[in-house]
Amino acid sequence: MTFPQFAEAFYGIALLIAQGLLGLAFLLVIIRIVRGPTLPDRVVGLDVLTSASIAFIALVGIETGYTLYVDVAIALGLVGFLATVAFARFILTRGQTEEDAFEQLPFRDPQSKTLSRTSQGSQP
Amino acid sequence: MSEAIFDTIDGILMIGGSIFVVLAAVGLLRLPDLYTRMHAASKAGPVGAGLLLLALALNAGSSAEALRAVAAILFLLLTAPIAAHLLAKASYKVGYGLWPGSVLDEMPRVRNPEGEDPYYDEEGSQTGLALHEGQAGEPAWRRETKDRRPRWSDLRKR
Repeated sequence: MTFPQFAEAFYGIALLIAQGLLGLAFLLVIIRIVRGPTLPDRVVGLDVLTSASIAFIALVGIETGYTLYVDVAIALGLVGFLATVAFARFILTRGQTEEDAFEQLPFRDPQSKTLSRTSQGSQP
Repeated sequence: MSEAIFDTIDGILMIGGSIFVVLAAVGLLRLPDLYTRMHAASKAGPVGAGLLLLALALNAGSSAEALRAVAAILFLLLTAPIAAHLLAKASYKVGYGLWPGSVLDEMPRVRNPEGEDPYYDEEGSQTGLALHEGQAGEPAWRRETKDRRPRWSDLRKR
């Protein structure tokens, strides 16, 4: 096997391996986005999803030889950056974590508090 | 011959870049904390995408396309740290906690820097002011019995 033959075979195998690895990365990131206990976890997951999408678009551009895909990748990076910044602003202005919201919910009303205390008191 | 060399370098860059993206995803899934997840995600993700764009730049026919790919890499490397920094700052300020096994928090949260907190008394239970102003959280009898997650302040007391 001469070196040009090896290079061609390696190129094809590398394309396949890269596609498989990127598919695995998409799967893992989506598991985190679905499971993520809080909103910032999901936002970080979306950020990584954008990076993986840019990588996948670059891979498609390499495979098809259609380099207009680079513009799509630049636009996607811009949109992902702006989305992350907007989510950060939203988290900052919302001003409470999920735990805060959950803890405040049933105890704002004194009536409901006494109700929960009596129901708890029946089983000491 | 030179084409074969370029093909080989392209293949190595593609595999390396996708390995970086997979490592970012694994770190995002496995690490325990928002901040450690961000540590994995915001470094390895742009590096992986950048390596794949570099492979596209080497593969491109004309220099204009290669320059656009390099511009995309520069854009990624500029914006990813800014986005991660903004998100981490916002979520820390709002109060998303660190993993309880963290050894150092250089910006610890203090409930009230000047003197006592009017909403809590010495035993840590809530005063009537908290109830009056609508700031009441859980009552103390319930907060003590509940299984709550350990926080950084608990580790610090020991």
